[in-house]
Amino acid sequence: MTERDLFPGYDVLSKRLSPSWNDQTRAVVNARLAVPREPRFLKPELFQILEAAAARLVPQPSGRAPVPIAAYVDEKLFENKRDGYRLVQLPDQGECYLRGLAGLDEAARHQFSKSFVQLDGSEQDQILSACQRGALRDGAWGDMPCGLFFSHRLLTDVTTVYYAHPSAWSEMGFGGPASPRGYVRMGANRRDPWEAAEAEPGREEIARVENAHVR
Amino acid sequence: MSADALSEPRATGGRAPDVFKPGGWIKMREYPETEAVDFVVIGTGAGGGPLIARLAEQGFSVVGFDAGPYFRPLEDFASDEVAQDKLYWTDQRIVDGANPLRMGGNNSGKAVGGSTVHFAMVSLRFRPDWFKSRTKLGYGVDWPLDWQEMWRYYEMAEQALAISGPVKYPWGPKRPRYPYRAHELNAAAEILARGAEAQGYAWSPTPLATVSAPRGDSPPCVYRGFCRFGCSTNAKQSQLVTFIPRGIKAGAEIRDLAMVGKIEMGPDGRARGVHYHRAGEWRFQRAKNVIVAGYAIETPRLLLASATDRFPEGLANSSGLVGKNLMTQSNQAVFGTVPEQVRWYKGPPSLAITEHWNYDDRKDFFGGYAWMSQGPLPIEWASIVTGSLGLWGQPLRNAMQQYNHAVGIKMVGEMLPEERNCVTLADEVDQYGLRIPRITYSWGENDKALIQHALREMQTSMELAGVRDVFRQENDTNHLAGTARMGFDPKTSVVNADCRSWDIPNLWICDGSVFPTVGGVNPSLTITALSLRTADRIKAMAGRGEL
Repeated sequence: MTERDLFPGYDVLSKRLSPSWNDQTRAVVNARLAVPREPRFLKPELFQILEAAAARLVPQPSGRAPVPIAAYVDEKLFENKRDGYRLVQLPDQGECYLRGLAGLDEAARHQFSKSFVQLDGSEQDQILSACQRGALRDGAWGDMPCGLFFSHRLLTDVTTVYYAHPSAWSEMGFGGPASPRGYVRMGANRRDPWEAAEAEPGREEIARVENAHVR
Repeated sequence: MSADALSEPRATGGRAPDVFKPGGWIKMREYPETEAVDFVVIGTGAGGGPLIARLAEQGFSVVGFDAGPYFRPLEDFASDEVAQDKLYWTDQRIVDGANPLRMGGNNSGKAVGGSTVHFAMVSLRFRPDWFKSRTKLGYGVDWPLDWQEMWRYYEMAEQALAISGPVKYPWGPKRPRYPYRAHELNAAAEILARGAEAQGYAWSPTPLATVSAPRGDSPPCVYRGFCRFGCSTNAKQSQLVTFIPRGIKAGAEIRDLAMVGKIEMGPDGRARGVHYHRAGEWRFQRAKNVIVAGYAIETPRLLLASATDRFPEGLANSSGLVGKNLMTQSNQAVFGTVPEQVRWYKGPPSLAITEHWNYDDRKDFFGGYAWMSQGPLPIEWASIVTGSLGLWGQPLRNAMQQYNHAVGIKMVGEMLPEERNCVTLADEVDQYGLRIPRITYSWGENDKALIQHALREMQTSMELAGVRDVFRQENDTNHLAGTARMGFDPKTSVVNADCRSWDIPNLWICDGSVFPTVGGVNPSLTITALSLRTADRIKAMAGRGEL
């Protein structure tokens, strides 16, 4: 990936023992980092489809260990952690995934005569785009609108678990957990010493030095 | 550390959690179930909390029920968007209609303190004319309340919550200086001010229920920015750290993890107590009066679920209006980026406001709206970017990389009451065996016109402030109201001006569900003021032997 690293050397986790993290936050993030990588709700075939779809929806930099997006979504389904509402057109979240992931695979086999996980990235993107547009139907989809599955379930869940991960916070320069220390410098272009330093083009090393002092 | 607040009730054995001390306890009086207490209050949020405290302080015996846990913020709250969803009501609900409501963090709480535990602390008064919007402005229905009387209760509420706000508020009739000084602005708020000034509109630091200086056991706000996920320092003046401890000190009992499933009626047509689920079993508490304060979904749900042969359509429902006229508030936004580093995650999320269009009537639709500066944390920002722009893949990553340069303003807009927007009972049941609510919502033509006006205005404001790559978030809604409206007449309302049911004299409803109209500001301060007024009215009626 050619994405520029805007916050070189910044790692939210370097503040883990600082006054920006309380015990509860450490416990929550530790548990998150220790998520079981094996699926407990989805069957392995469907889990692989979810992994493949997640890799297209939120591509990850190659330079570090990937965030196990599918494992987090599976955990949510396994623990039946709900959102607080269900659109009348959609079944319960677990059933959504059973149908939707099978539906993506059927579309792949129909269009490319291969399973979804065997497609290359651009082919997978074509299937996902069709899903987002609401263009997939029949078979596993049943009466579930694929567009709602895409926007309300798949994309929402995938981005939620990804941006709940410290690696995501680090790459976007988010300050992360902040209790009890909080922040002092509130105005534009003001940075507390425990916040990410953004690299100006060509001055990455300056930011890297500042970010090495974030703690 | 003590047992997990979610696994078993904490307020038992003559004590309740001390919210200001990890592992701490305060003494709490307990009432036997077999003796009728003066008041059972169902719900401990902005509606229930002040009533619990004030009624107990007036010498009544009071038991407050909450379906949610009793947290100690200092030991229970993480700085985390996901883990803190334990504060929300996430039991199953079905949503439908042309514009189905997203339920959860925006509009519900399940904890002692209700949704004030995670609200954004915005504490605003209604425009006085809204209490008579039919007569004065030509839409909605009038409230059976006088704005000048409410002005006094607003002041009491602001004092009780030590609201931090400006010396002079730019809109509406004169009001006293806010008890605590305004918070300093963050960069996102400064950009709101820049835009408003370019349009010639007034703006103000937002009056907020988080202290800007020490208050009792509450330290000043440290600007950590996780306000909507629970305040882990107790700077926020939620019901959990204000009225609830006050109530317990005055002799009220709180029962946490106690879900009321049914109000039982006696043969005399009066409520005689409540059936509630706690610690794995159904129990019954006798009561002389029952006050329902469960907010706009759970309040009508309980009234409908408590139907009897004598009240086959549910309690307090001779008007047929229980569950109807549900209102939400439009919560559209305009976002973009600026060259400066904004870092909008710092500080309370809505530090600046303009209420210009709540007070300027030169528009071709009814109702008003405010807009406020924003500070979404990463997950919410991702949901805005994906939901509004449909982005995924590398374009999503590129947008997210701009997080520290992103800025935006979001409206709180008035939606009009319509009977078709409603709460009914679905056939599906929840973990207690209770029928779950079905929530039906469709925007009306006036709602759509207001939203479009606001989006144009907000976009202009952002562009004048120098914001680039502007985009609109078109689909969001937030606070709720309606479903048990107050009024002048038993045929067209559920409760009277005292929040007392027309049909059942010892059944009261006091929360956002009694709002006849929702107004264009966040409702919590109005709910608090109404609750304080109701406590005074009950005291006056009790003194005259009218309970």
